[in-house]
Amino acid sequence: MASHSVGAALPSEEPRQASTSVFAEPAWVRLLLIVVGVGFLGVVVILPVALVFEQAFALGAGFYLDAIRDPDTVSALRLTLTVAAIVVPLNAIFGVAAAWAITKFDFRGKSILITLIDLPLAVSPVVAGLIYVLIFGAQGYIGPWMREHDIRVIFALPGIALATTFVTFPLVARSLIPVMQDVGREYEEAAVSLGASGWRTFWSVTLPQAKWGLLYGIILCNARAMGEFGAVAVVSGKITGKTDTLPLRVEKLDKAFDTTSAFAVASMLVALAVVTLVLKVIVEWRTSDHESGPGSPAREHV
Amino acid sequence: MLPGSGLSLGFTLFYLSLVVLIPLGGLFWKSTELGWADFLRIAGSERARAAYALTFSASFAAALINGVFGLVLAWVLVRYRFPGRRLLDALVDFPLALPTAVAGLAYTALYVPQGWIGRYFDLLGIQVSYSRLGVVVVLTFISLPFMVRTVQPVLLALEREVEEAAASLGAGRWATVRRVILPALLPAWSTGLAMAFARAIGEYGSVIFIAGNLPRKTEIAPLLIVFQLEEFNYAGATAIAVVLLLASFFTVGVINLLSRRQQRYG
Repeated sequence: MASHSVGAALPSEEPRQASTSVFAEPAWVRLLLIVVGVGFLGVVVILPVALVFEQAFALGAGFYLDAIRDPDTVSALRLTLTVAAIVVPLNAIFGVAAAWAITKFDFRGKSILITLIDLPLAVSPVVAGLIYVLIFGAQGYIGPWMREHDIRVIFALPGIALATTFVTFPLVARSLIPVMQDVGREYEEAAVSLGASGWRTFWSVTLPQAKWGLLYGIILCNARAMGEFGAVAVVSGKITGKTDTLPLRVEKLDKAFDTTSAFAVASMLVALAVVTLVLKVIVEWRTSDHESGPGSPAREHV
Repeated sequence: MLPGSGLSLGFTLFYLSLVVLIPLGGLFWKSTELGWADFLRIAGSERARAAYALTFSASFAAALINGVFGLVLAWVLVRYRFPGRRLLDALVDFPLALPTAVAGLAYTALYVPQGWIGRYFDLLGIQVSYSRLGVVVVLTFISLPFMVRTVQPVLLALEREVEEAAASLGAGRWATVRRVILPALLPAWSTGLAMAFARAIGEYGSVIFIAGNLPRKTEIAPLLIVFQLEEFNYAGATAIAVVLLLASFFTVGVINLLSRRQQRYG
């Protein structure tokens, strides 16, 4: 997916208003289009979010607090945070290495490498879970060996972390590459020719210029890691209190007809999404203030 | 020449192989354990074909809905100024940040006959939650940002002078839109359509909440993989996964082709 620009920060240019009617639509057409466009967004995005909070508090604040303090929900929250704490640093280190290799050097097969890095975005989450079951599952390629040595991957934390790593694999690399591309190589080359080591160059020249791109990639990677459902559902085994993540907990409560609790847990995940978007907007403001690059921290893939 | 080429490229290839390439290779290797006859019997069973048909048609319908309303939304966000525009613009990314299970839960409750929106469909005698229409509706949410965010930058970059030229040559506003603006948007629009479609065919979390999941009726292809796995039928799961994966790769190929063309002419 070469030119995904979903979530791309838009230049902060104000819409140009045409002064004469030949360049613009009649007022009633504008109004109609605004009503249709905004109405569509309202029905598709705003209503569902409003509904989550309405349903979460349907039985009062006391019930809500009990629902999110339920031991199984707390354990799901702990697992979700643990998985994110493993996956996000891994993909961030990979993202930096991949972006450095791709933007600072020329080599053959670069476009193939970029396509391969993007590949996980095109794979169904369920398939992402399945591939690890095929390797580490009871009947998997190395499943029997692992059972002999008492190493558990599937239905345990390592499998959940692996599947989540796959699903969020390119997110940091994707938001870093355009930023580092725009900065170019001259500053680093100057630093190196003045005698700075490679690491020193990276920490004091590259990172300050690319930090907002990196931060945005990490924010997005984190949101997706905490919210992943399909891939995790396949590998986790959904053992209550042990291998349930927050999204799996939502499904389990819903299936048990404990709808209000399901919405209460869901509201925690909505809060995560809201925080993610707010941070994204802040990062966009920052980058357009500092005028580093074209003002877009992230033409990232999602 | 900057240092670190060996280290960074080496680590990139190592990590990529370990997490992505070898596991995906294992899937294709596993599918070869099935003979052609078995592969076709499982991947081409009546139930599987019904699941592909639903997955692909619902994904395409969702992409098309975004192709119309998402385009209007992108136009409005780029061209007009009105209160709350920035906030709405930020909200377009919401489906990327919201966990799909939450989307599924909320959409199901929204579109049941007593729900905020479902009650109006109920008046018309249309069932949304637990039907194929429900699948389309939730996939529309999931794939919304892909259409809007692909069209938006192109719309921003469109040169106002061309429209002025068309107008000064006597074209009415509608003719300018139809003959000048829409053709210029077509490459980005088709890329957005393909990306929305690609995102929708793999989707699982949100759909299983709203679909009802009846075999041959409202069962999507990824769910069929999960069912096979629950019965420890790895071969069956693999066969359907390979079909789904090939469809995804084909779509990615189309997207790459479209966006390359867009870069050339855009």
